Amino acid sequence: MKKVVEGSKGVAEAVKLCRPQVIAAYPITPQTHITENLAQFVADGELKAEYVHAESEHSAASIVLGASAAGVRAYTATSSQGLILMAEVLFNIAGMRLPIVLTCVNRALSAPINIWNDQQDSFAVRDAGFIQLYAETNQEAADTHIQAFKVAEHKDVQIPVMVAMDGYILSHSYEPLEIPSLKEVDGFLPPRKAPFKLDPKSPLSFGVMGPPTHYMETRYHLHQDLKNAKEVVKEVDKEFGEVFGRSYGIVENYFADDAEVVFVSLGSVVGTIREVVDTLRNEGKKVGCLKIRLYRPFPSDEVREMLEDKKKVLVVEKDISLGATGGLYSDLVTSLYGLPKVPSIYGFIVGLGGRDITTQTVLKIIEESEKPAQADKFIDLDEEIVKLSPLAERRS
Amino acid sequence: MPRNLLAPGHTACAGCGQALAARLVVNAAGPDIIVTNATGCLEVFTSLSPMSSWEVPWIHSLFENSAAIASGIEVALKALGKSGEVKVLAFGGDGGTADIGLQALSGMIERGHDVLYVCYDNEAYMNTGVQRSGLTPMFARTTTSPSGKVWWGNFRPKKDMPAIVAANGASYVATASVAYPRDLMKKVKKALTFEGPKYIQIHVPCPLGWVHEPSLTPRIAKLAVETGLYPLFEMENGKITRVRKVKNPKPITEYLKLQKRFRHLFKPGGEKEIEILQEIANENLRRYGISDSFAQVREEKEEEMKKFTLEELEKFDGRDGKPAYIAYKGKVYDVTESSLWEQGEHEGVHFAGTDLTEGMEDAPHLEDVLEGFPIVGELEGEGE
Amino acid sequence: MPIPWGIIAKPGTTRKNKTGSWRTYRPVVDLEKCTSCGTCELFCPEGIIVIEKPEKYKTDYDFCKGCGICAEVCPYEALEMEMEVK
Repeated sequence: MKKVVEGSKGVAEAVKLCRPQVIAAYPITPQTHITENLAQFVADGELKAEYVHAESEHSAASIVLGASAAGVRAYTATSSQGLILMAEVLFNIAGMRLPIVLTCVNRALSAPINIWNDQQDSFAVRDAGFIQLYAETNQEAADTHIQAFKVAEHKDVQIPVMVAMDGYILSHSYEPLEIPSLKEVDGFLPPRKAPFKLDPKSPLSFGVMGPPTHYMETRYHLHQDLKNAKEVVKEVDKEFGEVFGRSYGIVENYFADDAEVVFVSLGSVVGTIREVVDTLRNEGKKVGCLKIRLYRPFPSDEVREMLEDKKKVLVVEKDISLGATGGLYSDLVTSLYGLPKVPSIYGFIVGLGGRDITTQTVLKIIEESEKPAQADKFIDLDEEIVKLSPLAERRS
Repeated sequence: MPRNLLAPGHTACAGCGQALAARLVVNAAGPDIIVTNATGCLEVFTSLSPMSSWEVPWIHSLFENSAAIASGIEVALKALGKSGEVKVLAFGGDGGTADIGLQALSGMIERGHDVLYVCYDNEAYMNTGVQRSGLTPMFARTTTSPSGKVWWGNFRPKKDMPAIVAANGASYVATASVAYPRDLMKKVKKALTFEGPKYIQIHVPCPLGWVHEPSLTPRIAKLAVETGLYPLFEMENGKITRVRKVKNPKPITEYLKLQKRFRHLFKPGGEKEIEILQEIANENLRRYGISDSFAQVREEKEEEMKKFTLEELEKFDGRDGKPAYIAYKGKVYDVTESSLWEQGEHEGVHFAGTDLTEGMEDAPHLEDVLEGFPIVGELEGEGE
Repeated sequence: MPIPWGIIAKPGTTRKNKTGSWRTYRPVVDLEKCTSCGTCELFCPEGIIVIEKPEKYKTDYDFCKGCGICAEVCPYEALEMEMEVK
């Protein structure tokens, strides 16, 4: 049924349909509307879940960890500082193979403090062992949550999933969304059957110490299982398409086949890039876009297949590993290394701290791509502000 | 059902108070429990992969989140309709409870989760090598609060966790000790009859960290209670309901001298510190009503002395049931109990209620005969 | 998926680890003095002393670390710590 709802509410509705048994969260902008909507559902008896008002994000993640270990379906959501505060717990959840689902409503990291959108937060924890999926639209955000529970709880996966969606741009914008029915979701997503859990009938000890003699093997297991989860993500997305009529793939090829210059990006900015691709193609320019939806595990094979004979690859992302390059850029370069013909790879940093990205921004990127490739080119910088700092002369 | 819900073969030090306490706690709680455990000694020595000592479901996550993990398990049990059948216990050390774990514990209590939190108080971060925590007692030597030329060991008093937890809203709060294992087990069973968040803090001596003979663990734990340094009490809904009384509190030196972590206090200059500790113990005795008498390591301080004028002193002549006081070198002594002072008369020569400083010069005995008689005040206007 | 190895352990499996090899002294009981009061059983940190009335003191020397607490707490002085002879 199609309703005009705020992106956050769409996610809340989708999560509600998945029948989580425990929800724990701590408020942080711009995640708040998701958890507020969920609270209202519980308050009205529409969702039978235990709703826990955690006293910090670290505890929110710990509460869902404990609940998941006890065998129930658990969910949390956060952004930015909250995600970084719970970083320790994220590694713990993944290491203990607990299939929770977490929404990261992407927001910039302090300092300076900034409540607007960029992707630094989810990128900062990409090593934690979570599956990471990035949503481009509100519809995709809602749908991906339903897929997320199924992927996480799959018998060959048992790995937590993070669904990343751009703060404000997606979370706080209103669009008509197709919200599935409970019957459809129940048919697609059965109740969780935990293969191992805390139960006095069959006692187990979770979180034992892994000494040097076998810590490495445990990490190897997780790494391999994470890589193999790519196939499960594909399967679940395909099945979702069959049931609900919408599917997204793990990457999407937007006119990249005959393109010489291909944008690579993730999240909502892909929507803006599509518009520019359409405009330029109308003018006869051979450009295309490769949208990355599954970021962890990284879909190297698919990326290689689509980009190996391109002239130029323009990576556009809203994050930077300070002192080096953007995360997507480095993963991409790694994927394309060793090919007989490696494209020229450009790394563009855009939209940090909520800096608006318009079609003009994307066109500027096209202009920049006429110059030699740079790995960490910041786009749309205000030169006047750049000059303000005392060290301005030392900067390139 | 195995006899013990904590199996042997764990790698706790010989004589470990915490191993003893943990076994008593899970045995008292029974098999239908789920235990969460903060990082620390107990977690490390019971769970070296692929082995575990725990015969009950158990989970270790991180250092500061035992209470939060327990909260999550508790609501999961609610969601599964199992709250009545299965109890949740959260374990943490003193550091994992009072310092890094305080926030999670506070949140758990504030939200009213039905969890029994047990703090194993060995008074330092033992697992990482005996570093000072918020529950390290004053003047205890730890690796980060050593004694040296400038420091006398730890320079802050113990954080009053039971009071904090009670104020936070726990329904049942108790302190316990491995010196009294049956009392500890009773408290665990009793706590589990309460609804909501409950807290038991167990004093557990650590032979390695406190530096004492492993066999003395129960004895040292007992002395901590008998001196008043570790009061044993129970609170229900914020009010103290039971206190373990001690008839004749022992001076704290008996407790301190058995542990090398306090050895530096017995060097010259350490008397002041020992006095401070004795005062802490005495304050506990007063505050919790543990005893009416107080052990002393030194004479009462001069400021508290009652002042007598000669006239006032005359009243205490020992006749007709009145107490017999005599003054000597500015101090007033109570000699009522002495067999040599019948009806306030001494050898027919001296009388109570007077100043006998000069009289001592002619006495056939020395002034040390006055030792042991309580000093009840000072004579006004006299020197010394 | 079976139980993930290395992160989750089965219950009571430390029984494979025979900590009895640690000790220097071992507790030896004088059966005449032992009254089966159970004090030692209560205080043993390893939990390996078994007193099943009217049977007397019995411990598991596979695990006894020789801490000496049982000897120290016995109200009847029925236990002595003797040097371990291998």
